Amino acid sequence: MQKSPTSQTQSAPRDLLTAYRQQAGARDEMVDKAGNVKPVWQPFLDHLQGLGDQDIAHRFARGNQYLHDAGVRFRQYNDTASEDRDWPLSPVPVILDQDEFERISEGLIQRAELLDYVLRDLYGPAELVSSGQLPATLLTQNPAWLRPMVGVEPASGHFLNLLSFEIGRGPDGKWWVISDLVEAPSTAGFAIENRVAMTKVFPNFFTSANIQRIAGFFRDFQQQLFELRGKSDGQIALLSPGQGNQNYAEHAYIARYLGLLLVEGEDLIVQDGNVMVRTVAGPKPVSVIWNRIPSALTDPLALDQTSLIGTPGLVDALARQRVNMVNSIGAAVLETRALMAFLPKIARQHFGEALKLPNIATWWCGEQSKRDHVIANRDRMIVGSAFSTEPMMADTQTASPQEAGKMTELLNRSGRELVGQEVITLSTTPTYEYGALVARPMCIRLFVARTPQGWQVMPGGYARVSAGDDATAFAMQRGGKVADVWITGGNTVETPSLLVSGSGSTQRLSARAALPSRAADNLFWLGRYVERAEHNMRLFRACFARINDGGNPDAPLLRYLRDHLMGGVAASSGAMAATFESPLEQALVAARRIGDRFSPDGMMALHDLVATTDGLKNRHVPLEDIPKEISVLLRKITGFAGLVHENMYRSDGWRFLSVGISLERASNMAHLLAKLLSPDAPDGALDLALEIGDSVVSYRARFSILADPVAVADMLGVDDQNPRSIRYHLSRAKWHISDLPGQSSSHVLSEVARKTLLLETQLAASTPAELTPKVLLKIQRDIWSIADALTQAHLV
Amino acid sequence: MRYDIRLTISHRYAQAAGNGRHALRVLPREIANRQHLTAHLIDIFPPPDNRHDSVDFFGNAVCSVTHSEQHQKMVIRMSARVGVMAPAGHHSGGSGLGQLALDLSRSRDLGPASPLHFLGPAPRLLPNADIARFARDTCDLSAPVTDIICQLGLALHGAMTFDATATDVDTDAAEAFSKRRGVCQDFSHIMIIALQSLGIPSGYVSGFLRTLPPPGGVKLEGVDAMHAWVRAWCGAAQGWVEYDPTNATLVGTDHIVVAFGRDYSDVSPVIGHLRSSGAQVNSQAVDMAVVD
Repeated sequence: MQKSPTSQTQSAPRDLLTAYRQQAGARDEMVDKAGNVKPVWQPFLDHLQGLGDQDIAHRFARGNQYLHDAGVRFRQYNDTASEDRDWPLSPVPVILDQDEFERISEGLIQRAELLDYVLRDLYGPAELVSSGQLPATLLTQNPAWLRPMVGVEPASGHFLNLLSFEIGRGPDGKWWVISDLVEAPSTAGFAIENRVAMTKVFPNFFTSANIQRIAGFFRDFQQQLFELRGKSDGQIALLSPGQGNQNYAEHAYIARYLGLLLVEGEDLIVQDGNVMVRTVAGPKPVSVIWNRIPSALTDPLALDQTSLIGTPGLVDALARQRVNMVNSIGAAVLETRALMAFLPKIARQHFGEALKLPNIATWWCGEQSKRDHVIANRDRMIVGSAFSTEPMMADTQTASPQEAGKMTELLNRSGRELVGQEVITLSTTPTYEYGALVARPMCIRLFVARTPQGWQVMPGGYARVSAGDDATAFAMQRGGKVADVWITGGNTVETPSLLVSGSGSTQRLSARAALPSRAADNLFWLGRYVERAEHNMRLFRACFARINDGGNPDAPLLRYLRDHLMGGVAASSGAMAATFESPLEQALVAARRIGDRFSPDGMMALHDLVATTDGLKNRHVPLEDIPKEISVLLRKITGFAGLVHENMYRSDGWRFLSVGISLERASNMAHLLAKLLSPDAPDGALDLALEIGDSVVSYRARFSILADPVAVADMLGVDDQNPRSIRYHLSRAKWHISDLPGQSSSHVLSEVARKTLLLETQLAASTPAELTPKVLLKIQRDIWSIADALTQAHLV
Repeated sequence: MRYDIRLTISHRYAQAAGNGRHALRVLPREIANRQHLTAHLIDIFPPPDNRHDSVDFFGNAVCSVTHSEQHQKMVIRMSARVGVMAPAGHHSGGSGLGQLALDLSRSRDLGPASPLHFLGPAPRLLPNADIARFARDTCDLSAPVTDIICQLGLALHGAMTFDATATDVDTDAAEAFSKRRGVCQDFSHIMIIALQSLGIPSGYVSGFLRTLPPPGGVKLEGVDAMHAWVRAWCGAAQGWVEYDPTNATLVGTDHIVVAFGRDYSDVSPVIGHLRSSGAQVNSQAVDMAVVD
């Protein structure tokens, strides 16, 4: 079906392939043994060949930019710290033929069935052990076999719903399963982002080539989650370890993409065996949990007591079948390396046929005959822990003594805890390095989901490509890259809609999506921190504007400003910039914790603000340029506020963010006026108040050219039309608060609504002259107590 | 012989705590031909919103309670009357390590009493080279397993000093062993790791120990606390024996079993979780009086 309208040539593009060397003893994905490009790769190579070096570089940069902007990161750890790095996309795909993919799929589906059967047995009758098919110690000495889950039957009857497999191609051209990933099949979401990035790199090619779409897979899996929910009206939650986890960005992404509620362990509580999510509207039932926390850490009461990220009582809820878990807790036992030694036999016993896709040949050293085999073949074996869930070749802990005597001793001493695994030489695939294609070892990660129509394999996935010739350097931690996997050929694919249009919106989770209290709290503080930063920027600008006009930094007014409004900060620009830098950083922390509820644009705007601030602090800025630079910052922060107001859906989350902004602004203004209207304030304090309150122009229009304390208190205190006044923001806060869940159901006002109304009324009924410094400070304390009441009512 | 046992555990919180959830393993076990519960009661203050009784993997009774309201203090009171028979006498002789290994390799038992669960490791039973060396150096490995257990227990009791100030509930066995100091929990964990290093399945027992009054003295209420000792498997023929390394003695009628597990984490009397920002002070009192 593949069209090649312009070029029928089968010859490889010379310049890209001149440096392409196949590795000895390994297969290559793109060229066959004779060095000819495989037909399935030809159209893509022709396309790549048609682009100039410059164009290629430009396109690749576009893909990376997309991933960067979308916030696709991975976390790199070193000895002391971790940092977020850009996603290492290799923009050359791995291309597989549809027929080959079908064969792989059959094998993976068979394996998914087998694993579900094994898991059901290991947490149920354990006949595999009593019949002698599996050694008992593979369970009893295995930390991944969770005793509290023995006898717990999943409510849906299914132990497994989503799996992923890492497969590689050996020198004989056959595919091997390298590892089974069942616990928290990670990064499925990034397969989508990879794909979207690739469409930015090769837009024209995508419209013409017959590449299988992956969006349908997610649509069907989402359908499965809805099926698991059944008739209940409970939430479908994605349970994440939180912002500290290396895959958090992906959790936030996939939750947003599929319209799931992103929660952490502390968001959930178990009441009388039912799982509830703590929301701003009180506890709401949860029916389905897509779990991304390591099983043992999910319940500190029943499982690992040291876990700080779990939900006490979760196992109890599972035992009472009150919630469905994808996948079931304890599934990681399937990742036990030694299991690979027994699965081929179990498959024959269970299905009456061999594994369609073999796994890496593995020998459990608890048996004498297997020990002998491993010792005899030690030159092509790695020996490692039987219980590890790491793929052997990525495991840096594996140490295999090559000397026969030592190996025999080791195996005889602790054979029960060891396996030998055959080393396989993986196939290579092209990556683009310095203007040419280079062959690098790779393996492929594929995803398999249970859907209402049965098991489905995602027609795509991603390849992990080694940084060098070494097949062990797959880990991105060690410089490996990630490539998109394309399945081409076969039937013409369905309409090329890349992003699942309508996914998550076609089937609304509920009219008013639940907002977890923790997320609301972070949104509230995000609003407060950003507003605090803006206020301090204005103080900073006012200060330097005066210095630039020839003012002495130690003049009474500037000293007063620093001492009473900026917390006694030193006169240096660095120290003063820190007063808005630190709230911005805290805003960023709060925003990161709510990755699923905060738009990538907003995140970018925040990053930009922090970076600009950093620039201002860390380079030498001439004094006369400071007000100009700070004006840039102020424009950016106003832009951020605009984003919130123009682009955010009017949800409860938006309300908490807006209340945070309003309460912070009202509080800061009350404090500012209390200080600048004080009889002790030096000359020029009133002008300063108007300037910081952004009200110079409107003041002059309404009053006179000279500032008068009562008129300033009018304008910035009790005016109901000035978006900088205390009263204006109390009205805003009151309005948002009245829309919060649980606020409108009764004529009896809640504590927080009552406090807000009282304070707003006090301001409305005040004459400007009554706003003395003492009264203003009391108003500020009352605003804080509104914030406390809000926290008590909705956020804890 | 019958005992009346009373246990009081109290938790005081500096800041009021809410959303509490606790799993309690405080009730003596029912053990056929060994230990029989005639009456028992667990009382919790403040009264929990919810109480749920169940049995864990190892057959221990677990009482799960929740408190959603804020509270400053939680008190758990357990009282029970328990009849005890002496365990079957331990006779010298029996299987050696070779027979034991053979018995183990033949076992396909995954039931709660299966020795296969007790080969290690467990959360608090990490293999330790120093402890393993101590075990090799102090035991006659050609002796019957029961003798090895007693040799090791005696040697450990000699090498360690009982010291309630040297360790706390979170101290790991390696640290306690390097200090050669600790309490019953440390003695037991060290002995289990030592036995496992020799291939002898062994586990942790929590329970109560009768403290004999001094001659002519009156037994004081509350001088005792919950105790811990070790259980080890001597092969298919003899099964389990229990040994108390803190007192260097095989277990007789002075010990009442509450829970069997692999290590302390399987049998902790109170596993809890609550929402609180402040510190917490715990106290425990036990009274074990002879009825007849």
